[in-house]
Amino acid sequence: MIEVDRAGRSFTVGRGSARRTVHAVRDLSFTVGAGEFVGYLGPNGAGKSTTIKMLTGVLAPTSGRLRVAGLDPTRRRTALARRIGVVFGQRTTLWWDLPLKDSFQLIRYLYKVDRIDFRRRLDELAGLLDLGSFMDTPVRQLSLGQRMRGDVTAALLHDPAVLVLDEPTIGLDVVSKAAMRDFLRRLNAERGTTVLLTTHDLGDIEKLCRRVMLIDHGRLGFDGTLDELRATGPDGDSLEEVVARLYTGSAPGTPAPP
Amino acid sequence: MVRTYLLLAWTWLRASAQYPVSLAMMVLGSFAVNALDVAAIWIIFQHTGSLGGFGLAEVMFLYGTADMSFALADTLFGNVDRLSHHIRSGSFDTMLIRPASAFVQMATDRFSVHRFGRLAQSAVVLGIALPRLGLPWERTWMVPLMIACGVVIFAAIFTLGGALQFLLTDAPEVANAFTYGGSALTQYPLSVYGEQLVRGVTFVVPLAFVNWQPALYVLDRPDPLGLPYWLRFAAPLAALLLALAAALAWRAGIRRYRSTGS
Repeated sequence: MIEVDRAGRSFTVGRGSARRTVHAVRDLSFTVGAGEFVGYLGPNGAGKSTTIKMLTGVLAPTSGRLRVAGLDPTRRRTALARRIGVVFGQRTTLWWDLPLKDSFQLIRYLYKVDRIDFRRRLDELAGLLDLGSFMDTPVRQLSLGQRMRGDVTAALLHDPAVLVLDEPTIGLDVVSKAAMRDFLRRLNAERGTTVLLTTHDLGDIEKLCRRVMLIDHGRLGFDGTLDELRATGPDGDSLEEVVARLYTGSAPGTPAPP
Repeated sequence: MVRTYLLLAWTWLRASAQYPVSLAMMVLGSFAVNALDVAAIWIIFQHTGSLGGFGLAEVMFLYGTADMSFALADTLFGNVDRLSHHIRSGSFDTMLIRPASAFVQMATDRFSVHRFGRLAQSAVVLGIALPRLGLPWERTWMVPLMIACGVVIFAAIFTLGGALQFLLTDAPEVANAFTYGGSALTQYPLSVYGEQLVRGVTFVVPLAFVNWQPALYVLDRPDPLGLPYWLRFAAPLAALLLALAAALAWRAGIRRYRSTGS
């Protein structure tokens, strides 16, 4: 469903003599099969957002190639947009001053979703995510948890094969977080939607992801199951300790721990 | 594309109706600010009989046509010049993940009726000027055509200004010199400006085709600069060329954005 083959992305920063090239992502290769639920971890600035931008067609890679849902994201941006759903936890894609249901109608049109399919999917999502009480509320008046549920619904109305989530639980309280996780697990299990999730919340990873990829300094540092990830550290270490060790251990110039 | 535009614009209009008082104030404010421009022209004519060789009604005709073109272009596409704001806040990325033209999404962003204030004002000015000119019917056909060409020219300049912001994310004001500056420039007979400037806005940035050249035909005036007669009919060509350049620049800008990410 997602194929990344030796993808690289560098940026030129600074001016004049201070000009230099920064490699945000280098030589990144991985594949994600249909129906997988993959956690994508990495410290700040590791290249997670750059990867997501390349997968969604916002940013073209400087080297290598990518395919998402059978399409080249750079060349087929709008066609790809109809096959994937994207949620940014830090930023809403809804219309701030409009009632939630109006945003959904607009999305129905932009994504050319059939009226009957739309009705059925919206009813289903509204039930699962409990949107009923605030469908008529302008987005700006929603709580963060409500808004996030709205954003997730908006990303799924066109029934995408792949869902890309960029920190979907950031800032949510424990109840909202649990509801969101429960929903995502069911979506993956029952509809078979492929999910790629970036997060700093290891609880998300433990509860949801069978497979974990860890990126640091633009390179893939780990790719395996959750159990394999745990096994890289001594017994009894929490997932947090294991991941922290991988983050610091893979820094350039620091020898990897024996 | 057009349906997407209308739908998004309608959505933003409804969103802006959430704040009716602010909306009414903005429409009134925009009307009032532009009415001051007209007052300035009127005051000038209290002291002199003509401006650059043109009488009051003729100057108001030039003002009204330029302003109507600008107001329409600004209403329809003016938001494109907010691009650098969207790039910096990251909301441009969310436009790129939707299956719709980024240009249409930009143009309709925050679409609001407040710009109609300026449109209404230009209609009033034209409504006063046209009967006083007593134009013969055989030359009146040019009036709607020149306004349409003016809309295309200003829209293209807005788009070029937006495309420029892919390069100069931190200097969105550079483009304003040509959009708002161009609008101010064309409100007066070009004969009041220096010859070099007039040549510049005829052959480089084709602002002279917004109203000046076609108006010379409508008003049946000799060109004070003695430029060729056929230029009076060249507005559609100038508009087309500029629109083409703007479309290419916008595409190049998007390509550059996606390859630099900044």
